[in-house]
Amino acid sequence: MRKGFDVRRQPGFTAIAMGCFILLYLPIILLVAYSFNAGESIAIWEGFSWRWYASAWENEQVKDATIRSLILAASSSAVATTAAVLAALATTRSKPWRGQTVVFAMVNQPLMVPEIVTAVSLLIVFAVVKSFTGYTGLGYLILAHSAFCIPFAYMPVRARLQGMDLSLEQAGSDLYGTPLQVFRHITLPQLWPGILAGAMLAFVISLDDVVITEFVKSAGQDTLPTYMLGQLRRVVTPEINAISTALLAISVIMVTAFFFINKTRK
Amino acid sequence: MSDMALSDPAPSPETRARRERRSRWLLLTPALVILSLAASGPLLVVVIYSFLTPGDYGGVEWQFSLDPWFNVVAERDFFTEELKLADAHLLVFWRSIKLSLMTAILCLIVGFPTAYFIATRPAHRRDMWMLLIMIPFWTNLLIRTFAIMELIRNQGTINTLLMASGVIDEPIQMLYTEFSVLVGMTYVYLPLMILPIYASMERLDFNLVEAGYDLYATRLQVLRRIIFPLVKPGVVAGSILVFVPCLGAYVTPRVLGGGKQLMLGNLIELQFGQLRNWPLGAALALTLLAVVMVALVFYVRAIGREGEHNA
Repeated sequence: MRKGFDVRRQPGFTAIAMGCFILLYLPIILLVAYSFNAGESIAIWEGFSWRWYASAWENEQVKDATIRSLILAASSSAVATTAAVLAALATTRSKPWRGQTVVFAMVNQPLMVPEIVTAVSLLIVFAVVKSFTGYTGLGYLILAHSAFCIPFAYMPVRARLQGMDLSLEQAGSDLYGTPLQVFRHITLPQLWPGILAGAMLAFVISLDDVVITEFVKSAGQDTLPTYMLGQLRRVVTPEINAISTALLAISVIMVTAFFFINKTRK
Repeated sequence: MSDMALSDPAPSPETRARRERRSRWLLLTPALVILSLAASGPLLVVVIYSFLTPGDYGGVEWQFSLDPWFNVVAERDFFTEELKLADAHLLVFWRSIKLSLMTAILCLIVGFPTAYFIATRPAHRRDMWMLLIMIPFWTNLLIRTFAIMELIRNQGTINTLLMASGVIDEPIQMLYTEFSVLVGMTYVYLPLMILPIYASMERLDFNLVEAGYDLYATRLQVLRRIIFPLVKPGVVAGSILVFVPCLGAYVTPRVLGGGKQLMLGNLIELQFGQLRNWPLGAALALTLLAVVMVALVFYVRAIGREGEHNA
């Protein structure tokens, strides 16, 4: 082999890759940077200030939407994770069974069907339910979010279950542990990182959702993303950058944590 | 939960099988109830709605009609009853398919070398590089779209820079064009291309590449004849993973297309909003779903060829 010849090198590939990373991060970095702009522009830098964070903090609509977003994400991820853990326990580590295909299709539906299709289908159904019951609360959004969060909570739990050592459970029941005891003291502690990862993923997915929320929400039920979508048509001030930065921070923290929790599996 | 699907030594095999079946469905109940109420059930209702007559103020009249499906591609002239193609819809279909394909191609051009770059890093560094790809992907799609908007709008970063440096006098109108939608979708969906290509690339056996060079292949020949064929399933999977969400995109064309560059998702919304034709909206939504399902069949075949663990 020629000296210094690297078989892995392809000309230009490294440059494109570097360009790709810059492209991925540059717009986000600019967005974050201008949230600290002292001026009203999102393109001309006029010095550092916290004023847009202060103005977002004092904005009643933003406060209202933030609280709603957090309540919605917390309750949907709790519901979705509970349902997903139970479903994962039922469907993992067993021989093929009747109805398996239908169940998997249902669990994965939110991943396959375009969001806009789900959104209009929920609009149709909830419009009927709303007119019959008169109830216009947060329940519809929690139900809708729980549904599309289920596959995201299901995946890490299932992966964890599949990688789990069966002999420990076997030993537990050999020592006369009841199935419930075996679950509580052996399965659950091992499953915990998967559950946590699933719940965090579900939380982020719910927090970020725009399309389904936009179609399901009743009047005055803006979440942070739908509020932002509504604001984009107007003259944009760095206040929206400040809100974006706060949302980004939550997502990045959660995703990074998810990544490390998931890594401990190996 | 008293009889989990765990081994229970005493009872007969039939009893065990029956118990296992019962506990399985019991455990599945919460998930299936939620999903049928807010996913599969509503989808069936959409099918029904696509065969009804539109109500005057939105909603539907319960009267069977094939018009919605007919109206997806054709329309009857209001006065002359003459049949003609629904140009407006076909234009949107065409734009959706065109932009989705172009996005997939752009993502491939940028994503393939990037995946290759990551796959050729030392093993312990690859996860960190992939995390760098994943972080933008898991952050809010609206915010990422908005970041692009700030970059390319008339008072945005690019135009401000160009005008300050004297290259141009007037801002270049980039926002609210097909170009801006294309850039936005490429930016937003790029990680979906890199992920499956990287998964294929990671298992690439570089001894084969070395063998190629030993036989006097050029770098381009190695790329075309050895690397590309071996990672092709990943390329196909990535292209479909990008194509599918583009086709159903709603937020990106709405924000960056500004109501001018409608894509399928926006056309569907329009029927439920301003145009108050719910049955047509339902038929359009199902048309979109059908195209997506066809693409997903190809996807499953692409990853199936490479083995299950790559999903």
